[in-house]
Amino acid sequence: MTAALDLKRVACTFVSRHDPNQRYTAVQDVSLMVGAGEFVSVVGPTGCGKSTLLNVGAGLLEPSTGSVSVFGQPLVGINRRAGYMFQAESLMPWRTALGNVMAGLEFQGLPATQSRARAEDWLRRVGLGGFGDRYPHQMSGGMRKRVSLAQTLVLDPDIILMDEPFSALDIQTRQLMENELLTLWAAKKKAVLFITHDLDEAIAMSDRVVVLSAGPGSHPIGEFVIDIPRPRDVAEVKITSRFIELHQAIWSVLRDEVLKGYQQQLQAP
Amino acid sequence: MWKLIKPRAQTLWLWQLSLLALLFAFWHLMTVPGLIPPMLFSDERQAAFFFGEPIKIFVRVWAWFVRDADIYQHLGVTLTETLLAFAIGSALGLAGGLWLALAPLASALLEPYIKAFNAMPRIILAPIFAVWFGLGMGSKVALGVTLVFFIVFFNVYQGVKEVSPVVLASARMLGASQRELLRHVYLPSATSWVFSSLHTSVGLAFVGAVVGEYLGSSQGVGYLILQAEGSFDINTVMAGILVLTAFALVLDEMVGQIEKRLMKWQPRSGETEKL
Repeated sequence: MTAALDLKRVACTFVSRHDPNQRYTAVQDVSLMVGAGEFVSVVGPTGCGKSTLLNVGAGLLEPSTGSVSVFGQPLVGINRRAGYMFQAESLMPWRTALGNVMAGLEFQGLPATQSRARAEDWLRRVGLGGFGDRYPHQMSGGMRKRVSLAQTLVLDPDIILMDEPFSALDIQTRQLMENELLTLWAAKKKAVLFITHDLDEAIAMSDRVVVLSAGPGSHPIGEFVIDIPRPRDVAEVKITSRFIELHQAIWSVLRDEVLKGYQQQLQAP
Repeated sequence: MWKLIKPRAQTLWLWQLSLLALLFAFWHLMTVPGLIPPMLFSDERQAAFFFGEPIKIFVRVWAWFVRDADIYQHLGVTLTETLLAFAIGSALGLAGGLWLALAPLASALLEPYIKAFNAMPRIILAPIFAVWFGLGMGSKVALGVTLVFFIVFFNVYQGVKEVSPVVLASARMLGASQRELLRHVYLPSATSWVFSSLHTSVGLAFVGAVVGEYLGSSQGVGYLILQAEGSFDINTVMAGILVLTAFALVLDEMVGQIEKRLMKWQPRSGETEKL
């Protein structure tokens, strides 16, 4: 399998702007490979630098040491083959839903009529066909997430980076969105790097789950291949025996790290 | 009875108008000589001398607008100065704010100077502008520009600085070039801040124009007021103030309309409709 995104021995050290002696190493010695068409989830305790890794993969953040390559080419600047779905609100509030989905196509220089047609098509696919003229503040959180999804996928990126995209949603909307994402992914088979703190979500969606240790200097401490057959329904898959086995196996690795991370947060001044 | 006439959203304007009428009636009562015995002043004509008489003021306004119809030229001058000062000041403020917000080195270098210019009472520049640009429109526009510029400048600067980093990162991931970021992210974000300051800056452009005229000119409403003051014609001064106030309100309303059209993406509270 060719590597869509390959992080080799990546470390990220942040230096405090006010006090250059204060350093914080978020991730250290992380090697992570996502194959073309593979769905990989990264789980880890809170504050372990999951988002940092994703930003490195997106080219938004340059690693202190280590290298990143995209389909064999070393990554310089923004990762043009990747789409990024952020955890926080990322829609442009001054654009309508349609305008937001069209934005990337406009930046590519596609004629307005074509980009409009493609954006409308994607809005329909995420179930927002009639909501193109709404502004973000006129939509619910779940609808905004769907617009974000359409905004990312309309560009047809080879790599999709997702940073806890559904963590702010209620459980029903979340399952709907997860299933939608799986359907869309199954049709196109893109490489997905999916960050989550929710182990259930990770197992239900992924081909492979990577467990990160607690920070600082977190690094992968476990890797599990999820051999549950597809197509999966994220709600139904959770009651299968294989899912429970995998959950127990991963949780036994993750639990100590979660406790460690929690202790560190308690002790923080 | 009270329930029937109590101020409501629909009848509020009626109440507001009545309050205005009441105010003018009070003014009339207190100032017209011989209407009531003088309380504060020793002479019954003094109240009218200091405060003017509403009837005469309205006669003056009527003469300006209808009978002699000679105010339009002056109003035109004042409004042109206001709009020019506003347009130039806003454009400069927008450009300067965008530039400094995106060029950290320049902003660090110029920061103390900008602070100094902003802290300076800029009305005092009016005599200098009169020397530089003459007594015509130029000096008034220049004064208005210095007032408007800083309001818009600081708001744009703030607006660019407060662009959501997530929206910015998202636009970059969607493939926006530096130019497109400016056009599609920084500018719209800054515009919302500019609009929140627009009411203030239009008002200040008006202030710049009138104060400039008042300090030395040959036309404009400020000039009319200055002339009347020279001959102790308090009624004309008051009439000039009334006209200026009315037009300031009109300008403010225009800004409000533009804002409503351009800023429809901004959330407003209570957008639900009761059916």
